[in-house]
Amino acid sequence: MNETGHHVRLTVNGVVREATVPGRRLLSDCLRHDLGLTGTHVGCEHGVCGACTVLLDGEPVRSCLTFAVTVDGHEITTVEGLARDGELSPVQRAFTECHALQCGFCTPGFLCTVTAFLRDNPAPTEEEALKAVAGNLCRCTGYQNILKAVHRAAEIQAEEDR
Amino acid sequence: MKPPPFGYHGPATLGEALDVLAEAGPDGKVLAGGQSLIPLLNMRLAAPAHIVDVNRVPGLDGIEAGPSGVRVGALARHAAVERSPEAAAAQPLLRQALRLVAHPVIRNRGTVVGSLVHADPAAEMPAVLALLGGSVRLASRGGEREVPASEFFTGPMESALRPGELAVSAFFPALPRRSGTAFHEVARRHGDYAVAGVAAAVTLDEDLRIAAARVACVSVGPVPVVVDVTAACGPRPAASAGWEAAAEAVRDRIDPEGDIHATADYRRHLTGVLAARALRDAASAARGEES
Amino acid sequence: MTTRLFGEPVRRREDARLITGQGRYLDDLGGGALAAAFVRSPHAHARILDIDVSAALDVEGLVAIYTWEDLPGALAEPLPLLIPHPALTHGRTAYPLAREIVRHVGEPVVMVVARDRYLAEDACALIRVDYEILKPVVGIEEAVRGVHLVHEDVPGNIGAHLVQEVPGPGGLTAREAIDAAPHTLEFRLDVERSACTPLEGKGVYARWDADDGSLRVYSSTQTSTSVRMAIAAKLGLPLPKVEVIAPDVGGGFGVKIVHPWPEEVLVPWAARLLNREVKWTEDRREHFVSSSHERGQVQHVRAGFDDEGRVLGLEVEILHDHGAYTPYGIIVPIITSTQLLGPYKVGAYRVEFSSIYTNTVQVTPYRGAGRPQGVFCMERTMDRIAAHLGRDRTAVRAANFIQPHEFPYDQGMTFQDGRPLIYDSGDYPEALRMLKELIGWDSFPETKARAAAEGRRIGIGVGCYVEGTGVGPYEGGHVQVTSDGRVHVSTGLTSQGQGHETVFAQIAATELGVPIEKVSVVTGDTRRFGYAVGTFASRAAVMSGNAIALACRKVREKALRIAAEALEADPRDLEITDGMVHVAGVPSASIPLATVAVLSNPLRYAFDEEAKRATQFAGPASDDRPPVAEGEEPGLEGRDYYSPVRSTFAAGMHAAIVETDLDTAEIRILRYAVVHDCGKLINPMIVEGQIHGGVAQGVGGALYEKMVYDEHGQLLNASFMDFLMPYATEVPRIETAHLETPSPLNPLGIKGAGEAGVIPVSAVIASAVEDAEGITIARMPVSPSDLHHLRLER
Repeated sequence: MNETGHHVRLTVNGVVREATVPGRRLLSDCLRHDLGLTGTHVGCEHGVCGACTVLLDGEPVRSCLTFAVTVDGHEITTVEGLARDGELSPVQRAFTECHALQCGFCTPGFLCTVTAFLRDNPAPTEEEALKAVAGNLCRCTGYQNILKAVHRAAEIQAEEDR
Repeated sequence: MKPPPFGYHGPATLGEALDVLAEAGPDGKVLAGGQSLIPLLNMRLAAPAHIVDVNRVPGLDGIEAGPSGVRVGALARHAAVERSPEAAAAQPLLRQALRLVAHPVIRNRGTVVGSLVHADPAAEMPAVLALLGGSVRLASRGGEREVPASEFFTGPMESALRPGELAVSAFFPALPRRSGTAFHEVARRHGDYAVAGVAAAVTLDEDLRIAAARVACVSVGPVPVVVDVTAACGPRPAASAGWEAAAEAVRDRIDPEGDIHATADYRRHLTGVLAARALRDAASAARGEES
Repeated sequence: MTTRLFGEPVRRREDARLITGQGRYLDDLGGGALAAAFVRSPHAHARILDIDVSAALDVEGLVAIYTWEDLPGALAEPLPLLIPHPALTHGRTAYPLAREIVRHVGEPVVMVVARDRYLAEDACALIRVDYEILKPVVGIEEAVRGVHLVHEDVPGNIGAHLVQEVPGPGGLTAREAIDAAPHTLEFRLDVERSACTPLEGKGVYARWDADDGSLRVYSSTQTSTSVRMAIAAKLGLPLPKVEVIAPDVGGGFGVKIVHPWPEEVLVPWAARLLNREVKWTEDRREHFVSSSHERGQVQHVRAGFDDEGRVLGLEVEILHDHGAYTPYGIIVPIITSTQLLGPYKVGAYRVEFSSIYTNTVQVTPYRGAGRPQGVFCMERTMDRIAAHLGRDRTAVRAANFIQPHEFPYDQGMTFQDGRPLIYDSGDYPEALRMLKELIGWDSFPETKARAAAEGRRIGIGVGCYVEGTGVGPYEGGHVQVTSDGRVHVSTGLTSQGQGHETVFAQIAATELGVPIEKVSVVTGDTRRFGYAVGTFASRAAVMSGNAIALACRKVREKALRIAAEALEADPRDLEITDGMVHVAGVPSASIPLATVAVLSNPLRYAFDEEAKRATQFAGPASDDRPPVAEGEEPGLEGRDYYSPVRSTFAAGMHAAIVETDLDTAEIRILRYAVVHDCGKLINPMIVEGQIHGGVAQGVGGALYEKMVYDEHGQLLNASFMDFLMPYATEVPRIETAHLETPSPLNPLGIKGAGEAGVIPVSAVIASAVEDAEGITIARMPVSPSDLHHLRLER
């Protein structure tokens, strides 16, 4: 059986990218294997771990629970697109400053989630920060430094906006 | 964990979508948010021959809130409904419940109507619809029908949706004046499906006595279990109501099953605890509305 | 200016690539490779009657289908039993693809190779395997009844049986000591199964170079050197023709030390056979049913003690469920048996374990590796003694502590490395003092009373452990200073997030006196370093850290020798600071290490400007001495190994305060405190991170995680929906304090830290819930549903 290919055109990290994919191609696989953006990781493929989280039109979504063809014509931001002009984003800087990653596999999902969260809520409370990262699994860090990094990123962001 | 092959259809209009669904019949499955469907596909627990992706169909993402209630379109994401101040004003239970649905990232994509159609008895939104006596509007090439919640949920993961039909919207009625709602649940982890959960609605009379009290329970039956506890509460002033009788009435009515996370007995006990808590909060919300 | 970086919270050098999506994990490699997928057994115990692949042959993009019948030579034999032991009388391992019998759900039966993973899974779905279902053996009780057998030739399902006995004073046996003791207790404990569950599953990617007759394999492994040897042996390839590289690895926690996994030999074999690149990326469901689990044990305990709570005799009988196969031997129950003793001296000790087959996923070490169960046993015992005597729980522990002046302390047993269980150093009374202060132990009764007055129920718990870390046999390090002044460090063991690139660079920079920016570290790449054991048992920092330090010292010595000649100074007067070799106190008399590197390698040909200095006409040379002196080697590099006589013993003590909901029985950890002693800290930031992560896994094991098998041997919760790994919302804030008792066994004075956090958590939480509820806790994890029923049974 030959599957029908669907032409998709995505704006990924500001660059228009095109691919022809079967209807069932997950966005995660499309990004990783069709477009070569392997920074987005796949940890469970049933939407629980959050490693594959990317920004779809600015909002974090699970790329393993999204078909590439569904988001044809939309904007995607992946971890590769968080740094601007070679400069790490506040969230990226905070993660390394606070030792908020160990093996780094879940990290791209956290970075994307936190980036969108702080855009909408630049000065979160402890509770809000906790809820914001509570949909992503990390097996290495025990989350404490991730939470620290969320607040640190908010600080850096605020300093830069001043 | 990759989905099996299927014919993909991305209709651009509602008519087109209904045509494709009519043609696909029982082999067709609608994709909206996909947060329940795609995990099933990835695990190959479902293998529909045709996927009808309605994400491009215009006009399905509406959230219309009015004095009579809130109508939520098939493409309205959980997050959009949760954030809508109009929806929260017209029916506060929506936001109360949506905050408990999975995690924010899932809510960005998942849809309210999709979660109704998925009809998971452990999910919050079916319980909300059942408690409020809402309805789901189903469209097909032959026309539309409005199915009340009491008839819509027919079993675990089963609804009244027929082959060829698309759930285009759901209606969550507003409650009378001096009403309040609350949703309490216990999940093993924050964001998990609830071990037990209770949505409550309480309406008071002019003397702030309980005029009507109902709960809908999740994870304790094949469909959301609605229990009218008005009698158990008695026409007592809400402020001094003893909710234990209502909790017992709920425990008597439900028939939970045990699973790997909780025994049936614990679920029954817990549902009573949560019913009392939800009723208490709903009643104070009802009083708050009056004052 | 100092280049001393040892002990500093240096930021991680791994992060730059990992936070920008530039890491390279297994599935990020081999974009054009074919994909492998497996048909796995849906039954726990069955005989394969027939495999019909015909329907799959039509799948577009299908490349190959293999069953056991297709496997040649050594590949058709069972996988190796990695750690034989005389007590493992009935060790059994699986075939790479099932031969005739399957013994757990998830066992690989058919391998499919196709253009991509989607198509490979399509083909798998169309392959029909007929099975004759056999009676599954599930659960320890069922297995020890021995009515049905997992392996026909293993009577009673007993794979191993081992007794270790340490007599007490006067040669009393444990039984005699207990019988003679003023007080005795007897009880049973249960610990459930869990699993490592790294966020990245396993994976293998193989490239066969037909022109060169060589194989390059990438594997998400904790031991590339040993995978390499296994592949060479299984495929009949000369060792120099096989290279194995562990790329960035998305967590291990033990499961990836097991090797070769079936896929680690099958994927390279298929790549060679097909002369195509082949990759297998394990998915989450596969990981649950075909990797490893751990923890499941039943323990029967008898203890005799005096009025102070001093243990005079202890007898423990352990039933250890090792699943369907024993590739990793009986390391887990050995560790449980030995590390159970913790920081205590018990009068007489007898431990007996039976390691038992069941039709479930095999059991191999998961972070902590048998220690959490052992500590659960000992700490539950301490709490019960305290309860029995009405004494403070910490006082009972203190009464049993090995005292600081008693080191080295011989526990009289044989440890997992086959060497005597002798603790090298520690200060347990001080650790306990620090912990009590940190958590506010002495004032807790008032806190508890205040909470009770508010209608809240809280409790406090404590747990202590000792962890043998840095087990041998050895690790090595290679250090090379190149003529650009850069320092290239390599070691054979692998990294899965522990920050080795950073800590090993800290060690090298400190030892050599160079800026850390000049140092680069490579781990787990057999092209760079071929001799290694692997990353497990909290050993990487101790083993490779010391090996690298020793290699650096060789390089330094050589550098000083060469520089002394160039500076016409005595090497003893030289030091290296910031990459410059100089005469102490005379900064002007100096030479860059880069130049020393140039001079270290006599050249005929100048490949660049700097290299001219090392050519034959560049300067005066001694005519009566060969350019490379006897006993010398060209180049400024050194290699050394660290092979300790025995393990070094880290220790720690944790305490927690929990609140239990009076109505819902939910359990919430309000505070969690850790006092930790892993000797000298190389990088406190990284050590703290290791502790945090360990505690989080411990919380999982204490309150959330279990592998639930039904009577048919089906794993009921093989997904992240139902296997409850904690999210951020489930993990408490962790308060830490460090005690540094250096190890006398190694040059750096360090001990391992990787597993520490996880070890006592179940014991601590059990202790705290018990304190809150006044209900005896004998089984972990404890869920709200469990607690509800315990309350009803009270």
